[in-house]
Amino acid sequence: MDTKEAVLDILNELTGEDLSDQMDDNLFDSGLLDSMATVQMLLELQEKTGITAPVSEFNRDEWSTPNKIIEKVESLRNE
Amino acid sequence: MINLQPYTNPRYFIIILVALLPLIIGLYYGKRFKTYEALFSLVFLFLMFDGKDWIQGVQLIAYIVFQFVLTFAYQKYIKSGRNKTWVFCLAVILAIAPLTLVKIAPHMHGKVASLIGFMGVSYLTFKTVEVLMELRDKTIQTVNPITYIRFLLFYPTLSSGPIDRYRRFEKDCDKAPEREEYIENLRLGTRYIFQGFLYKFIIGYVFGTLWLPQVAKAAILYGHANGGLRLSWALVGYMYCYSMYLFFDFAGYSLFAVGTSYFMGIRTPMNFNKPFISKNIKDFWNRWHMTLSFWFRDFIFMRFTFFAMKHKLIKNRIRLSQAAYLVDFLIMGFWHGLTWYYIVYGIYHALAIIINDIWLRFKRKHRKQIPHNKFTEAFAIFLTFNVVCLSFLLFSGFLDTLWFH
Repeated sequence: MDTKEAVLDILNELTGEDLSDQMDDNLFDSGLLDSMATVQMLLELQEKTGITAPVSEFNRDEWSTPNKIIEKVESLRNE
Repeated sequence: MINLQPYTNPRYFIIILVALLPLIIGLYYGKRFKTYEALFSLVFLFLMFDGKDWIQGVQLIAYIVFQFVLTFAYQKYIKSGRNKTWVFCLAVILAIAPLTLVKIAPHMHGKVASLIGFMGVSYLTFKTVEVLMELRDKTIQTVNPITYIRFLLFYPTLSSGPIDRYRRFEKDCDKAPEREEYIENLRLGTRYIFQGFLYKFIIGYVFGTLWLPQVAKAAILYGHANGGLRLSWALVGYMYCYSMYLFFDFAGYSLFAVGTSYFMGIRTPMNFNKPFISKNIKDFWNRWHMTLSFWFRDFIFMRFTFFAMKHKLIKNRIRLSQAAYLVDFLIMGFWHGLTWYYIVYGIYHALAIIINDIWLRFKRKHRKQIPHNKFTEAFAIFLTFNVVCLSFLLFSGFLDTLWFH
């Protein structure tokens, strides 16, 4: 499964919304993501994409939109 | 002997501006005079901890040495490829041990106990614990000893924050900003400092020094006359007056700290963002004492939920978030001090945010039936403001005076 699909799947599960048409929307501003959901997202990403993203890695500014999350996951994958 | 406590009076700002001038000129021309900066910090730290405060100064030095040994021992351990949880826990416990001692000391008797504690210990501990946690997560690969000491002892924020993060500080502290960016820094820094004057020396002074003692006197007088829980309208007055004082005094201080940092080419994060227009308690904690609440969010709340989810301690996501809020705010309460009213303040905010979450879930489910307009928003702000002010009345410790003394 490619990263984009995996991320969107996880986000869909967490927010209950299909975000594929709002790839650059800030998910924290819109209230779709909060700390709780973020932690869940990190754990799911770990499980489904094999990346290790510790909580320290998480910076709201860098993980705020679906596109940014995908970018972040890909950069962590290539490490 | 001269003793200079930061930001206490307008004269202080003239002194510090003159002392910073070489650094400012350097930064303007794209150079960061690190030796001068070190000298500046050393002199002003000395002036902060000399004279009658020398005992505090000695403790600060011992504290820094201790944290250095701890941090670099832990870094060495991590770099050797090991990463045991118990070692990490031990390191964190050791890192907060001095703070714990300082918090317990006021409740012990004896001459030695009364001397324990020094300005800044609460805020320093956030920085050292953050670095330990990030070393474990490998988001900080290597701590540079020079950067680390500059980070810990960064003069403008030493006494009461805002709480910066190591990686953010590191980005600023070695380079000089671009000319345009630095001019913007100076502009903002000046604005913040003058806004701070208005907040702390004028508005905070009126509420805190002129009015608060009067209202307090009245609240005690009427309270004793009324009996029972000693409630009175004067107590309500005290609640609002104290809340205003608390905000303007602390926000004023924070503006000074951020403004001074900007002059030094360090973009220390802001602490307040119009907290009294918050629409709910969650919103409030994203606007009030932000560097503290974000620290708790990132290093307590998220870590706790991460750990609990991974080990499936609490399966229900709602229950888990409620438990995490309690842990988060209880620790915040204890951090403020070991008195009943700080602990109650913590529990109060945990409950407020839990209730807020229940309401938000309910609202999401019944989106169509619940009206949403300007009036409901104004009501939400009004309600949040009052819930917050009541929490500050608890926080003030005035109820302790009113009820038990």
